[in-house]
This record gives sequence, structure tokens and C-alpha cells, in this order.
Amino acid sequence: MKKVFGKPESLKDAIFHYCAGCGHSITHRLIAEVIDEMGIRDIAIGIPPAGCAVLAYNYFDIDMLEAPHGRGCAVATGMKRTLPDKLIFSYQGDGDLAAIGTAETFHAANRGENITVIFINNAVYGMTGGQMAPTTLLGQASTTSPPGRNAILDGYPVRMSEILALLEGTKYIERCAVNTPANIIRTRRAIKKAFQYQMDDVGFTMVEVLSQCPTNWKMTPIDACKWIDEVMALSFPPGVIKDIKGKG
Amino acid sequence: MGKRVGMEVAIAASEAVALCNIDVAAVYPITPQSHMAEHLADIIHDGRIDAEFITVESEHSSISACAGASATGARVYTATSSQGLMYMHEILPIVSAMRLPVVMGNANRAVSGPLNIWNDHTDIMPQRDSGWICMFAENGQEVVDMTIQSFKIAEHPDVMLPIVLNIDGFQLTHMIEPLEFPTQKEVNKFLPPRKPFASLHPDNPISMGCFNTPDIYAETMKAKDTALHNSKKTIVKIWKEWGKQFGRTYKPVETYRAKGADTLILTMGSMGETASIAVDELRKKGAAVGLVRLRLWRPFPLDELRAAIKGCKTLIVMDRAISFGGAGGPVGTEIKSLLYHDKGRPRIVDFIMGLGGRDVTVNDFIAMVERAKKKKDETYEYYGVRE
Repeated sequence: MKKVFGKPESLKDAIFHYCAGCGHSITHRLIAEVIDEMGIRDIAIGIPPAGCAVLAYNYFDIDMLEAPHGRGCAVATGMKRTLPDKLIFSYQGDGDLAAIGTAETFHAANRGENITVIFINNAVYGMTGGQMAPTTLLGQASTTSPPGRNAILDGYPVRMSEILALLEGTKYIERCAVNTPANIIRTRRAIKKAFQYQMDDVGFTMVEVLSQCPTNWKMTPIDACKWIDEVMALSFPPGVIKDIKGKG
Repeated sequence: MGKRVGMEVAIAASEAVALCNIDVAAVYPITPQSHMAEHLADIIHDGRIDAEFITVESEHSSISACAGASATGARVYTATSSQGLMYMHEILPIVSAMRLPVVMGNANRAVSGPLNIWNDHTDIMPQRDSGWICMFAENGQEVVDMTIQSFKIAEHPDVMLPIVLNIDGFQLTHMIEPLEFPTQKEVNKFLPPRKPFASLHPDNPISMGCFNTPDIYAETMKAKDTALHNSKKTIVKIWKEWGKQFGRTYKPVETYRAKGADTLILTMGSMGETASIAVDELRKKGAAVGLVRLRLWRPFPLDELRAAIKGCKTLIVMDRAISFGGAGGPVGTEIKSLLYHDKGRPRIVDFIMGLGGRDVTVNDFIAMVERAKKKKDETYEYYGVRE
């Protein structure tokens, strides 16, 4: 029988620790598939965050360097400047990228560093237990906004992709999701495009991934997938936000 | 006194903060402090106290927001741990220099790298020279009591300094313990509303945190040092007051079966409870071993330590941090230095142990007492660490 499906070589034989229905496992796999397909495993270096994906280096069979919380883009900058021929990507959650690491992300993007950011947006701080993140939706309950996020007290959901797209240094930014087969395929395509841009020295690229967090949203995995389309996508509309080579 | 309840210590810390009727909490969640942040958010959102809960984007901002709020005269609390405390580092000496009575709970956790979320004291020791009053709690009841005491001490006109209360991460924050809470009425009697010496208000314009040129900076530093040393008097006084009102006494240095001991174990934080069991075991076997607990780390209670260790031959210091490339653990090094001129001072054995959540059991304490007997010199030593 012809083998039509297998584990990407860029993933180790390790079982993901992620909760049932979590979007991290899917996104990990997509990145590994793209690295395999592009044949760049020997030049790819990843930077995991502080957060649920802190143990990403246990899963990817490529070089990885753990960055302090929020400093992914600064660490990536240092690596890319000294190893310009390598494919450098950071993998960051909304706490890491949009809260404690906003400054590093913003300025690496503004300098147009030729790096790729995979930004996992699940609208909460996942690992520490579902506290309010900058990306938490208005009215969304979290462990530090129990009655729901209130704009007067807590501000509004931060749309990092749209904000970074305003910077001249950014070249390609797309918001995707991993809640349906069609969206997963689109996310895979976006990651590949971002990596290709980096290989072609185009400049700063970012793929934002709306990622389900059934545990902290207190939903079943199926409901969490639905919630992305029905609720989260209204605040974070998927699509190409900026593409200086394409139409975006 | 309120009734006795079973409660997780992190939650209890927040309940104690609520009894102090704070005005502002600015907190960024970090393991193992998260339950403190979450429960404070619950208390404030439920309207149990009239306070602002600021969901800041980092610890650098939480401590800065606390400084801002405290400068306006508000009663302010924050909590953090490990990397969060390290990230606050830049702001800590500014808060103490501005004499802002911020109270902070620190769920002690090891510092990166490598990344580790478990308990030791490597987070607080680098903050030693920030000019904050620094205390350690041994159990949940002490966390409740010391949190309430901290506001009174910090805000006292003779002190006006920030306080960090160390609460061992997981080993203490995540324990469910039987606790007695004072009633709101009792706390109100003990802790009156804050009366700031100076606060920012347009009716009475002042400047805070002003630029210091070389002709005044050194005087400012000396003043802060003096203030910190002087704070001990008030700390002791307020602890006595607490003892009078609530029946539980607190001292800068506490002892357990130390009378007549030729060997004393010195601990800080939750480890003291395990060490006290080891002392019981050793005493049963006839060994003259006792325990000294350092509750107050800054200001350093030198006189009280001298009194506590008088007559002992060997002092075993349990250090849960290391000054890399230096003379040993921060506590052992400092005690050696402070006692340098004391005639007849004990031999000081400094063990580095319990790093990054490594368990230190009753048997480990007994083994360290044995090891200390054989040890010839006073160089520091790692206990239970593989080569």
C-alpha cells in the first residue's frame, strides 16, 4: 500500500504535552511540514517562548534557543544578523508577543529584520491559567477579568497584525486559524510564504494564528473551534493584512 | 479573631490584602504567583473592596504603576515571582528612594537560566541591595499576619519604605493550611488608613524622584541606608503590637530548641518547619542541635542574631541561592562578614542546597549536621548536588 501520510521529519518522536483540542500541536506540525517540504531543516533555527509552547524544543528536531519571556524578536534579530543564511523564526503567544514583549516585537518589525514570527493568538494567557491577555475579547471572562473584559478598565483587544502592518519595515503579515481543515491548509500556505520571503531576503514576516484553547475557554474542543469562527474572528478577521509582493 | 479555615496560602495572601482595604493592585500573572493575582481580581471585581485592579502588560509596568499610585497616597499591593521580580529590578530602588510604602508578595522561584519554575531564593537575593525591607514567611498563618503587618510597617511615618514578603513558591503558595483570619474590625483597629507624609496633589505641589547631581546623590543613598537600618525599631514595635492584639508574636530572629545547642541550623522561609523536625530527631538522639530562623533579611538583625547564636560552636547556614564566583551563598557570606570581629564566634558552615525546587528532607538536614561536624574549614559547599 502506498504511504500517503506520515510524521514530518522535523518533528521528534515525542508526544505533545498540549491539552486536547489545543491549536499548538497543529501549528507545530504545520511548521515542521513546511520545513521538510522546503528542505531547510539544516538551516532552520526556532525560538520558543515562555508560555504553553515553552517546551517546543522537545518536539522540533531542529536547532532551538529558548528566549526570555517576550524577547523572541530581539533574540531572533541577534541570530539573524550573525547568521543571515539561516532561517530564523520565533514562535510566540499573545502574552509573550503582545504583552511583555510588545516593544521588542514592534522595533524588530520596524527595523525590518529579516525574520519570521509565528504568533499564536488564543486570547488568554494560557500557561499561567487563563488570565486576561491584551488579545482577550471585550466581554470575554478570564481569571483576572471574571465578569468579562471591560474596555473602560482593561482597554481593547490589541490587533498586533494590523498595528505592525503600519510599519514600513514589515513585508508580509497574514492572520490565519487552525480550527478547520480549510483554515489549517491556509495557515500552512502562509507559513511557507513567510519562510520563502525570509529566504528571499524580503524582510519581516509574521503569521498570526488564531488558536483554540478549550481548557482556558472552558469549552469542548469542538465548541472552541466554532468559537474562533463565530466570535473571535469578528475581532480578529483572518486574511492577508500586508503583502508587499502580493496584493494585500 | 475570625474562625479557623482551610485555605490555599496564595489565596490567603490575597484575602489578607483585602482585609487591608487596598486602593490599587497592579499585577502581572506568573507561576507560582498566579493564584494571588487571580484571587485579587476576584475580590476586586466582586466589589468586596473598592480598589482598582490594573491588568498591566509586564512586571516592569506593575511595579511602576504601584509607584505612581503610591505617590498619590494610595495603599498599593503587587505580587510577583522569579523572572517577574528580576524584570522589576530596575524600578525597585526607585520605589525605595522615593520612600513609597508599596507592599509586595513574592512567590519565591528559581531564576532562569535554565528555566525552572520551582522554589528557591535565587530571585530575591539579587534584589538585596534595592533598599526594600525584606522578610520571609515560614507558613500560611505567617503569610496572613505578615501581609497585614507589612502595610502598617511600610506606611509608618518612621519607616516609609517598600516591603517584600517572601512566600516560598509551591512549597508554601500552593499548600492548603488551617488559618485564622482576623476580623475586618480587628484589622481596622490595627491598621488605620494610610496617612502619607507627602503625596502628589495639585493643591499641594511637590516633586518626587528628582534628578540628583554628584553633590547630593551620596547623601540620598546614605539617607536611604539610615532609613532602612532605623526601620528595625518600628518593625519590632509593630510586631509586638500585633502579638498583643492577636497573640502571635513575631521577632526578627526566631529560635527553636536553641537553648544549650552547640550546633545551630539557620534557615529562611518555609524550610524552617522541616528543619525543626530534624532538630527534634537529633535532640531525641541526644545531640545538642537547635534552629535559628531569620525572618528579617533587610534590615539585617545583627544584634538579634548575635543573641540567638550566643554560645553555639557551629552555625550551619542553609543558602538557597549562590553568588557565582564569590564567597558562597549570600546569607552565609553576609553572616561570616558581620561576625568577623566577634570573639568566640561560631564556626560557620555554609551549604548551598534546595536550588530549583530540589527537596530538602528531614534526613538531608540530619546529613548536613553530620557533614558539618566533619568539615574542617569554612568554605561553602553544595549539598546533594551531583558532580
